[in-house]
Amino acid sequence: MASETQTSAEYIQHHLTNLTFGQHPDGSWGLAHTAEEAAAMGFNAIHVDSMFWSIVTGIIFSAFFYAAARKATSGVPGGLQNFVEMVIDFIDDITRSIFSYNNTLIAPMALTIFVWVWLMNFMDLIPVDWIPGVAGLLGVHYMKVVPTTDPNITMSMALSVFGLILYYSIKCKGIGGFLGELAFHPFGKWGILANLPLEVVSLIAKPLSLGLRLFGNMYAGEMIFVLLALMFAAGPTFGLLGGVLQWGWTMFHLIIITLQAFIFAVLTVVYLAQAHETEEAH
Amino acid sequence: MNINWTLFGQSFTFFVFIWFCWKFIWPPLLDAMHERQKTIADGLAAAEQAEKDLELAQERADAQLKEAKQEAQAIIDATRSRANQMIEEAKSDARAEGERLKEASLAEIDQEINRAKEALRAQVAALALIGAEKVLGATIDAEKHSEILNQLAAEL
Repeated sequence: MASETQTSAEYIQHHLTNLTFGQHPDGSWGLAHTAEEAAAMGFNAIHVDSMFWSIVTGIIFSAFFYAAARKATSGVPGGLQNFVEMVIDFIDDITRSIFSYNNTLIAPMALTIFVWVWLMNFMDLIPVDWIPGVAGLLGVHYMKVVPTTDPNITMSMALSVFGLILYYSIKCKGIGGFLGELAFHPFGKWGILANLPLEVVSLIAKPLSLGLRLFGNMYAGEMIFVLLALMFAAGPTFGLLGGVLQWGWTMFHLIIITLQAFIFAVLTVVYLAQAHETEEAH
Repeated sequence: MNINWTLFGQSFTFFVFIWFCWKFIWPPLLDAMHERQKTIADGLAAAEQAEKDLELAQERADAQLKEAKQEAQAIIDATRSRANQMIEEAKSDARAEGERLKEASLAEIDQEINRAKEALRAQVAALALIGAEKVLGATIDAEKHSEILNQLAAEL
């Protein structure tokens, strides 16, 4: 909430700044105290809050599903196993329908991405001031709780997927096959000058669109929550309106976070299926 | 919105969580699901098989029942025809016996008649002789006149 000592701009700025640990320009290591200080650190820094919440949500996912996996029975499943199996069945069906190659990694990866990204997105639905407020009381000045509003996080996952795309492309098609696909499609070997830029751009576009789509959606959603939270400081009438709007946006956002997590998982499977595709399918 | 080491940190985390899921979460759950699927499929198949068996048994029972009925009918038919035959035989036997008895009776009657005739003839001959003796007043030698007497008897 915007306090007396904070303008709206400062409030928004505050919400959009990560808790950054890194090397100050003068060579010493420590937390950045302002957004400018964080920016000055350059590449030699790490977003502690993004990493923390990303790992926490990842552990929640792993613990939850591992608990179900350890007690997995082929008899009558309990409540937890029922729920987990429903999610797994959903992901397994989709993966099977898209990815028909023999690779046991793909389906678990799709599951991890779907649930983990969903959990990271879900942090967006926690009222924007709760966790940063508690963190502020504990003396932590910046706390951005939604990892997927950090382009580092989304691009990192997208680039990891990109790495897997390159790995499986070369593994399945051979280095020659992979480069041949870049050079000789879609216009055959005489159109190499047109093929190469087209194919390279479409290859690079995969991780970019994958990472930036998720980031853009979550960042915009977060921004709306921050703006709605500003209304609470503008008197009881606006505060009430803000509350109603926040509730409505939360409901709507619940759909968005699920959809974005689903899109990220499905596109990963689609891209990896393309990477495994060896014969001519054009 | 600075790009920094978070990029690599998250990549590392990403692969760790995926590896964990790949190794420890996905296989046991999917195995359990497949096993259950198989159990259910087997159960359904067994039920279907049992139903088919039941149908088959029913069919067999029906066929046997039909066969038994046919057999019984055949037995009844055979018995009935045998009975008819026996009745016919008895009838014809009776008829033949009756015929035979009648014939025997007739023959006996004839015999009786002949016997009576013989007796009468003999008596007539005797009477004729007595009559002739009376008429002639003399005894007729039976031996002498036997020819005449026999002729007479034959004429009677």
